[in-house]
Amino acid sequence: MTARIFAYIAHKGGVVDDSAAELLAAAKKINSAASPTAVVTGSGAELDAVCTTLCASYAEVWKVASDSLAYPNAELVRQALVKVLPAGSLVLLPHNHFGIDLGPGLSVKLNAAFVPDVVGIDGVDGTNLKAVRQEFGGQVSAHVRCNIETGAVINVRPGAFKPVEGAAVAGVVVDKSSQVGALTAKRRYLTTVMPEAGDVDITKEAVLVSVGRGIQEKDNISIAEELAEAMGAVVSCSRPVVDAKWLPKSRQVGSSGQTVKPKVYLACGISGSFQHLAGLKGNPFIVAINKNPKAPIFQVAEVGIVTDMLEFIPELTNKIREMKQVSV
Amino acid sequence: MEILVCARRVPDASENEIQLNSAGNDIERDDLVYSINEPDNYAVEEALQIVAKSGGNVTVATVGTDEDEEILRREMAMGANQGVLLSDDAFTGSDGKGIATVLKGFVQKNKFDLVLTGVQAEDGGAQVGGMLAAMLDYPFASLVNSIEVLDGNQLKISREIEGGNREMSEIDLPCVLSIQTGINEPRYVGMRGIRQVASLEIPTYGASDLGVDTAAVGEAAANVKRDDYFVPVLGKGAEILQGSNEEIADKLIELLKAKGGLQ
Repeated sequence: MTARIFAYIAHKGGVVDDSAAELLAAAKKINSAASPTAVVTGSGAELDAVCTTLCASYAEVWKVASDSLAYPNAELVRQALVKVLPAGSLVLLPHNHFGIDLGPGLSVKLNAAFVPDVVGIDGVDGTNLKAVRQEFGGQVSAHVRCNIETGAVINVRPGAFKPVEGAAVAGVVVDKSSQVGALTAKRRYLTTVMPEAGDVDITKEAVLVSVGRGIQEKDNISIAEELAEAMGAVVSCSRPVVDAKWLPKSRQVGSSGQTVKPKVYLACGISGSFQHLAGLKGNPFIVAINKNPKAPIFQVAEVGIVTDMLEFIPELTNKIREMKQVSV
Repeated sequence: MEILVCARRVPDASENEIQLNSAGNDIERDDLVYSINEPDNYAVEEALQIVAKSGGNVTVATVGTDEDEEILRREMAMGANQGVLLSDDAFTGSDGKGIATVLKGFVQKNKFDLVLTGVQAEDGGAQVGGMLAAMLDYPFASLVNSIEVLDGNQLKISREIEGGNREMSEIDLPCVLSIQTGINEPRYVGMRGIRQVASLEIPTYGASDLGVDTAAVGEAAANVKRDDYFVPVLGKGAEILQGSNEEIADKLIELLKAKGGLQ
């Protein structure tokens, strides 16, 4: 196991992304003795600040500075990485909107294997990296083997690898900018558009009644709204409900929606994909209602109810209303 | 505009309880409900909307076997002009790179301005589109949630990035885009529509038709192989409330009171 390990570190406004510590932890799972190298692209003082931060945890930081890399356009980053990375490298990326954009094409250009969305690594056996992936919305996991003889690009699921406390290192910055030269892209970044603000701010709510695909049709949204009203809560949702245009984007919990931190989260007909759970912070009390007992949401919920939400929720709403009338 | 959509038939995770088979080397596939991979269906709808405005044709291709023809017919019933099956014993066991290699062969035998895929498959990892683009030296964008056709052989696109933000870019044609769900509202396909395309011929192309080197595809060429499946244990698991709906509701109300869930 001599392949050199690189971690591509994303950053924004001079601040290193959380994935920096997670990729370091993943590298240690490949080879506990490895000293992975951080690679960063960007420009100006922000990039220098990022390099300084990374030197506390990575022994070597490869810096690629270019005005054309000021915004992380995956097409340009790929060209830069292909120029600086040695043959046979193992390259770690976060499996997020950037890693999904970069990883597959990078693996082709490096003539390396590609392993997407890795949630676990069990070391290396000969020329095979042993990794764990999830399939079918997290209902089952798979052990996979990846031949790394000619290198590999390994996309690591955000949050899957817990950062490990390590002794602080005094890393060095190696400037690789001169190897890169001028870069041009056939895809050109224009601007970033923020989402429209919604009628309610679900990020500030203490109790959320959240609905997923199990709501089945638009007319059923009222069932959840009535329960939320009885509870003094607000309705949020998972991605399929927004895709179907049954609720606005501002109500979506998840990595591509809002990050919420309620006290109580009632997940109704939500399977519990990792993208959804990534938007759920602050260790809420999760109640899962789902008719599929294999739904991953039951693994993270405190309390589960295996039933058809469309029958159960109106009954729950009525009982809460009765109770409140009695107590008033 | 000539548009190719790469689609797949997959077990629908929202409709199935996925179980392991007794050997643990695969999922139990006997009673699974299969359908078109959901993001692929959005990709076909997007292609149809583009040609409705700008003219052209939509071809839907899948790498698979005769069983996969059903999704091609479904997408033809939606309005795709042609379905194409890319099938060869040599393709069996391909990893993402192998599938991309087959699709590259088909793209190079034709002339497409735009190639669309779904963002990811139920059992995949959002990889084939990006690999295909790199093999063709086409520009690529993933997680695309809007497309506008511009003059001068360009598109204006947005990508879904964190927190509901949209990253806007211009991209030159020909290009490969992976389409995110929610980009449009896919039209309904009824049984009548499916019957109308039931007898249309679906051309099938194998490795030699596509100029695909059989050493570069299939199980032997796959860099990534699955050893077995297992059921993950993520946490301690929920306490499952038992009883009638009424009994469960009573228990749940007590729990919600205790946790501040009733305000």
